[in-house]
Amino acid sequence: MSLWLLILIPILAAPFAWMAQQQSRSAPRWIALGALSVDGLVALLLGTGEHATQASGHGAWLVESSISWIPRWGISLHLGLDGLSLILIVLTVLVGVVATMASWTEIQNRVGLFHCNVLLALGGVIGVFLAIDLFLFFFFWELMLVPMYLLIVIWGHAQRRHASFKFFLFTQAGSLVLLVAIVALALLHQQATGHPSFDYADLMDLTLSTEMARWLMLAFLIGFLVKLPAPPFHTWLPDTYAEAPTGATIILAGILAKTGAYGLLRFTIPMFPEAMHEFTPIAMGLGVVGILYAAVLACAQTDIKRLVAYSSISHMGFILLGAFAGTELALQGVVMQMVAHGLSTGGLFLVAGALEERYQTREMSHMGGLWAVTPRLATMALVFACASLGLPGMANFIGEFLILFGSYATQPIMIILASLGMVMAAIYSLGMMQRTFFGRQQDTRSVQDLSNVVFGTVLLIAALQICLGLYPRVVLSTAQPVMNQLVQAAASSPTMPHPLSESLLSSHLTTSQGSTP
Amino acid sequence: MLNLLWLIPVLPLAGFLLLALCGGRLSRHQIAWVGCGSVGTAAVTTGLVAADFLRTFPDQEAYRQTLWNWIDTSGMTVGISWYLDALSLLMVAVITGVGFLIHLYSAEYMAHDDGYARFFAYMNLFVSAMLTLVLADNLLLLYLGWEGVGLCSYLLIGFWYREPEYGTAAQKAFIVTRIGDTAFAIGLFILFTQLTSLSIQEVQSRAVEAWPVGSNLAMIVAVLFLIGAVGKSAQLPLQVWLPDAMAGPTPVSALIHAATMVTAGVYLIARMHHLFALAPMVQEMIAVLGLVTLLLAASSALVQRDIKRVLAYSTMSQIGYMFLALGVGAWSAALFHFLTHSCFKALLFLAAGSVIHSLHHEQDIFKMGGLRKQLPWTFWTFLIGAAAMSGVPLITSGFYSKDWILWSVWASPLSHQWIWFGAVFGAMLTGLYSFRLIFRVFFGEVRTTPTGESGWAMRGPLVVLAFLATTIGFLEMPHTLGHVTLFSDYLSHALPTTDLLPDIDEGSEGREQLAVTVAALLGIGLAALLFLPGSLLATRWADQSTDHPSMTLLQGGWGFDRLYDRLFVRPWFTLTRRPHDMLDRGYEWLAVCAESCHGWMSLTQTGHVRWYAATIAVGTLMLLGLFAL
Repeated sequence: MSLWLLILIPILAAPFAWMAQQQSRSAPRWIALGALSVDGLVALLLGTGEHATQASGHGAWLVESSISWIPRWGISLHLGLDGLSLILIVLTVLVGVVATMASWTEIQNRVGLFHCNVLLALGGVIGVFLAIDLFLFFFFWELMLVPMYLLIVIWGHAQRRHASFKFFLFTQAGSLVLLVAIVALALLHQQATGHPSFDYADLMDLTLSTEMARWLMLAFLIGFLVKLPAPPFHTWLPDTYAEAPTGATIILAGILAKTGAYGLLRFTIPMFPEAMHEFTPIAMGLGVVGILYAAVLACAQTDIKRLVAYSSISHMGFILLGAFAGTELALQGVVMQMVAHGLSTGGLFLVAGALEERYQTREMSHMGGLWAVTPRLATMALVFACASLGLPGMANFIGEFLILFGSYATQPIMIILASLGMVMAAIYSLGMMQRTFFGRQQDTRSVQDLSNVVFGTVLLIAALQICLGLYPRVVLSTAQPVMNQLVQAAASSPTMPHPLSESLLSSHLTTSQGSTP
Repeated sequence: MLNLLWLIPVLPLAGFLLLALCGGRLSRHQIAWVGCGSVGTAAVTTGLVAADFLRTFPDQEAYRQTLWNWIDTSGMTVGISWYLDALSLLMVAVITGVGFLIHLYSAEYMAHDDGYARFFAYMNLFVSAMLTLVLADNLLLLYLGWEGVGLCSYLLIGFWYREPEYGTAAQKAFIVTRIGDTAFAIGLFILFTQLTSLSIQEVQSRAVEAWPVGSNLAMIVAVLFLIGAVGKSAQLPLQVWLPDAMAGPTPVSALIHAATMVTAGVYLIARMHHLFALAPMVQEMIAVLGLVTLLLAASSALVQRDIKRVLAYSTMSQIGYMFLALGVGAWSAALFHFLTHSCFKALLFLAAGSVIHSLHHEQDIFKMGGLRKQLPWTFWTFLIGAAAMSGVPLITSGFYSKDWILWSVWASPLSHQWIWFGAVFGAMLTGLYSFRLIFRVFFGEVRTTPTGESGWAMRGPLVVLAFLATTIGFLEMPHTLGHVTLFSDYLSHALPTTDLLPDIDEGSEGREQLAVTVAALLGIGLAALLFLPGSLLATRWADQSTDHPSMTLLQGGWGFDRLYDRLFVRPWFTLTRRPHDMLDRGYEWLAVCAESCHGWMSLTQTGHVRWYAATIAVGTLMLLGLFAL
């Protein structure tokens, strides 16, 4: 039951946040912060407390909870928490707090409804990370969408209608494909065993024909790639990120993108290992194209939010690369990259949003020389720009490098191409710093620097970036058992050729016989 | 005391944190104390550690200290661990020692700058990152330091951020070195994939066992590491960033772009010497790159007008000598030149800074002159530095280090005769451009009146460095002159000794030295003829215009900037000119299609019953027709 708490706390707090608007403007904000903090605490307690490890078929869940819902169709309220979902839930709560703090002064209009939507969306995301019944998963998948749409269309900027439509159409189309695949899986289960089931464990055991697995894998993949996003499904993202209010952008970039990556890890990889393997070159190619294409476009942007948006796509390319590389090291890198990207992009969007709020523009040509005007904002921008360009000592570096180290054996050429993204990341990150904070001052209006509270929040995120960059074991050791299982599952599939691990092992054997000086 | 090792990089880091977090609340005095104090205590700690280390030294060649496991997952184990041996101790001593002197100097040099705290914060961070680089036990931690110094270099070049050109120079430095860094990173991927380790010692011993000499993998990895080293050390073909990097404050140029960071490439190659020994062709490449760089840079240094750019090109040229030494397998000689170079080049930059400081930030040597009388301290220290750089025989450190390199080039089996001739020609050019500076700046008529000599905080480091630039060369003297081998004995525990040709005879060393000495003195003499005001040639030379195409070519560093501009920069800007996403076109087209379809469909909704009835009738008929067929 305790898992339900994680989902229900934000969802139940949502209407209260709405109603609290009548008391004062800051009441909804405090309710949102309170609910998120409690939620975070519960998550940490669950994760670190009694390890009620129940081996259930394919997953060793730290905590599991199952209630029958619609037994006729094999649907149950089945939740499970493991290392991966724990990390992502903690990230969700953190990013949620940052989003609330970022909206503190920006949102003055219908504050209650705003925070109600934020909490609902976050509740949906947490549900996505916990649900291990595919029907329930889809329910939460859709639940997070509607409040996000409202956040963009009500509080967004000038082009918000266009952006919200695009966002909704893209994600909805992706969801539809996903839904078809989920239902098809349930029906296939009925064909095989006589009764339908949406349960993760049941569906994992299902043996599929190669042809069928291929199609279903593709459907799952498209559903998740739209969210990730990877080219060619990414075009909704820059419009949406730029037009959404800062808080919503932070949630979108910080966690909603991670649901796509989570889906890849949780469902696509373990359910269709052979089909995945066949698809590896194409998917990794898409990842590389995403990294380079988005980086080039990021360099071309003049709008600071769109620049960060494209850089975000570029970073997510690494996730696609690592997810398909199939080595444990790369998968560990993927988990690290998810966390790191959530923190760094969240921070960058907060900076971009703060600039927009102060200067009413996102055009970097109107900024410049702001280091002297807003030193706190500038310092934080510098820290996150460094994270974004993959400076060692920051969490992003660990993520990207583990992915690259882990994938090199699979696709050397692609990894070399992907590494070029590192140079481009330097170009757009430093270019952003130059055009906003360095150089001559264009706009001489006097503006406020970050307030103490917001500065504290950003400082916390920056500190987390550095702590995880120097001590990534917090994340890595939590995720390690899950990633290990993933690799085992993929390797144990009968037709799966696995030359990679063998070659690694053999090279290790030949060299480890020698002694060191 | 050895276990205090971890403090050495951590102390400057603490200084950075203190200055970054509450630099705004400290007075200038306190900032200077924190900034210099953190590096000073690091230098003292280095002294303590060194004393302890050297006590047991030849028996215990290395000391390892692990703070915590950085990454420990899925077959990759990388620690935050330090590795102290003869090589890294040498580097640490130079970084903290010279670093401290430069910090002390900056306390006065930067005294009236707005960003005093920011300056010392960046400088401290740099020292910390540089120490991490040289103390790292594994390549990933080395990479952390490697990128860290790159970041600090970027921040300090663009320190005066209001000038857009400085920002451009800073970005150029970071991006060009990033290209090298990326190659280095790819080298790491290959190394780890093949040998499943990143520990510097372990990976090399595995490489030696797994890869035969000249094997493809060893070559590829060595080339990738070389590209990384070339980027950081401003050697061909990634040298273009260094002259522009002079945009930063002068102490920055002294510390980062002369004494320490730019020699990181030399350190990397020396550190990975087992790997490079497996790739003889790459080693040859290093020697050739070093030679070409040293000649190109020396010739460019001859014609620069900006005093700091002269020194920047001279740095490239001197590092070229180090690369040359590495290429012919004279590892210790390269490191010895690193040691003497970091003393005399830091001295030259600081003395140049003193000149610039007293001339209200005038950097054009054609507007200087006659400063010998007004700035005696600066003049004499600058003279010592220039003499050391040109290799004035017997009394300067530069003579002993350069002579060692040239002798190794002469006698090494890995080298060729023409390389030696090129390098000796370079030595002549060095004398020429060094003394061109001296004669232009300190002799002749006074063109700009200086404000007077600077205070003790700036003079002190100059004197100490001048002393070192003279005496440090006595650590190693050729056997024709005194035969002191302190330095090579010390380093022989970390680096292999140089192989010499078996048939080399003792007598040729004296003759070779004579040739080098003559070349250096010839350069100085030529400089006196050409540039000493009053000499016949100097007056004629002064009339000659500097617009001659060959002069512009030399001044622009042989046109590499323009070449890269054509080849890379402009295509890149063309590529990134339009912010529109091509892939979005497809979706837009879809939307347009849907809209026009909607338009056509709505045309049929006329509201006329006749029209509806007619279409229903036609439709029915068509359907019936279809069924009938």
